[in-house]
Amino acid sequence: MSSFRWLVVTAFAVILALGVAACGSSADGETGGSSSSGGGEVSGEIAGAGSTAQQAAQEAWIAEFENENSGATISYDPVGSGGGREQFLSGGVAYAGSDAALSTEEGELEKAEARCAPGELIEVPDYISPIAIIYNLPGVEELKLAPETLAKIFAQEITSWNDPAIAKDNQGVDLPDTRITPVNRSDESGTTENFTEYLSEVVPGVWKFEVSGDWPVEGGEAASGTSGVVEAVSAGEGTIGYADASQAGELSSAQVKVGSEWAEPTPEAAAKVIEESPLDKELSPGKYTFAYELDRKTESEGTYPIVLTSYLIACTKYDSASEAEAVKAYAEYLISPEGQQLAAAQAGSAPLSPALTKKVTPAVEAIAAG
Amino acid sequence: MDRAFAHAATAAALTILVILAGVAAFLVAEGAPALTAAASDLPGGKGFIDYVAPLAFGTVLAAALAAVIAVPLAVAAALFITHVAPPRIALTLGYLIDLLAAIPSIVYGLWGIFVLGPAAVPVMKWLEEKLGFIPIFDGPASVTGRTMLVAGLVLAVMILPIVSAVAREAFAQAPRRLQEGAQALGATRWEMIRMTVLPFGRSSVISGAMLGLGRALGETMAVTIILSVSGAVTFNLIGQANPSTIAANIALNFPESSGLAINALIATGLVLFAITLVTNMGARAIIARQERI
Repeated sequence: MSSFRWLVVTAFAVILALGVAACGSSADGETGGSSSSGGGEVSGEIAGAGSTAQQAAQEAWIAEFENENSGATISYDPVGSGGGREQFLSGGVAYAGSDAALSTEEGELEKAEARCAPGELIEVPDYISPIAIIYNLPGVEELKLAPETLAKIFAQEITSWNDPAIAKDNQGVDLPDTRITPVNRSDESGTTENFTEYLSEVVPGVWKFEVSGDWPVEGGEAASGTSGVVEAVSAGEGTIGYADASQAGELSSAQVKVGSEWAEPTPEAAAKVIEESPLDKELSPGKYTFAYELDRKTESEGTYPIVLTSYLIACTKYDSASEAEAVKAYAEYLISPEGQQLAAAQAGSAPLSPALTKKVTPAVEAIAAG
Repeated sequence: MDRAFAHAATAAALTILVILAGVAAFLVAEGAPALTAAASDLPGGKGFIDYVAPLAFGTVLAAALAAVIAVPLAVAAALFITHVAPPRIALTLGYLIDLLAAIPSIVYGLWGIFVLGPAAVPVMKWLEEKLGFIPIFDGPASVTGRTMLVAGLVLAVMILPIVSAVAREAFAQAPRRLQEGAQALGATRWEMIRMTVLPFGRSSVISGAMLGLGRALGETMAVTIILSVSGAVTFNLIGQANPSTIAANIALNFPESSGLAINALIATGLVLFAITLVTNMGARAIIARQERI
């Protein structure tokens, strides 16, 4: 019994020591990290809500913005794109993050215009991220997949890794006869919506399922959240899935055929697609709304069309001057090169291209008290 | 003083009723739009019954699987603690089993995908090869281990402490004189347990099992994390395509839902409420009949 007591005492001491060590290191981190004086000019309190895809970026932006503007308090509740849009429409939050532009279905766009005043709605892309096709196939370091092949794999029509359709594009690679286990999201997500949209636009003859945030094919392996998909793909042999490129970790990503080239999910290639895409006229009624109709079928060199675009939704007019000032400063920071670089470093997103930044900046500059 | 106590106790009892009625009213009021909506407006587009049926099936299957695994184990553990083990070991073991209840369900979920799932992959492959003729091991076996079998096992571990605590209480109170009488008549320890302890504890074991079943029916996080769901209605426990459960489905889809989809999710919650109610009433009925005999 006394040996048991000693064990408890030792364990307790170890925990205590670890705790002290942890405190020490975090204190070091703080002194080394921030160099800002923290005496910013903007004050005010604003709340936002929306997309979980933007969560990591929003957290980084908020930390840095509050660091620069000690009087400002920004919050972002990652309730999901749908919830964020709903809260914005009802006036619950000052801004929203959404993986999809406000739609004309269920009158979302009209309600948003009504919330802000006609022509005063802001909708700009603030977070662009390539979606990687991740796979786990020991011995195969590099994999090339044509869109038709990709669609057939996720439609569960191609079921073995040594299928001729895969082998055709991967000459010289020793493909095993492992069974393919496609992994999809089990929760509704913008990633799924963007991926299914890509498949149905590029290879409509092969991909006959609907475009939806809910994975439309039955019988595949399903996992919750980006981390769940990455975990499932890592855990099984012969698995393939789709996830935010920044979260792929040590998994290999497949190259996808764009035109006659093989494209990798790099931030530059993702940003280039948005730059070359036209605006969706119907969803962009005002001069401050920039809902892009992504050109998934692009064949131009150096683009990667499987991309998630997330939007910042706000108004140009706010009742209180301090709220308007804070929203303006925060929104400007989000789309500024510094803000985009920070998101790229912290969340692995693709920074907006200079041309795009120039195009959307007038929208956030228009914010004022009214 | 007596009056005050009586009033306080009545108020406490009424509060519980009010909360229950409030939850039920919320579920009905918020779920109603989905129940009356046109089939094409609901998620899936085929009407509410088609939407909720696979979920209800998955919920009942997962909970039943957990109960089938956990109840015999819990009863055996309770018997060991109350009638077989030396007091000191019994005390420690009882304490450890109770400790299982203190682990948050999300930790069980993580344990399920990181440890139990991968460990179960070769076992499930073996089951598919050797016992594949039984429909529940039909396969093809999942390569990631995120199956109904693993979810059921994790749920079983989670409900084990509840079932065993109730059974333990009952077994410990089995009348001494009956036990001693049985042994005086020459019964072995097992015969004594079978003739006196088990019949005495039967109704408690049933109510404990129902409590556990209720916990398993409503468990959300662990199932959400572990189970690979794709809406399939199947008894195959080791495949990658499994039916989801009502609670897990709500957790998965609520964040990105809006409008009628939220009403539909709440309506499925109402169905879960009804399933749990029926389960509990069934248990009450069984216990009542037992007591009459």
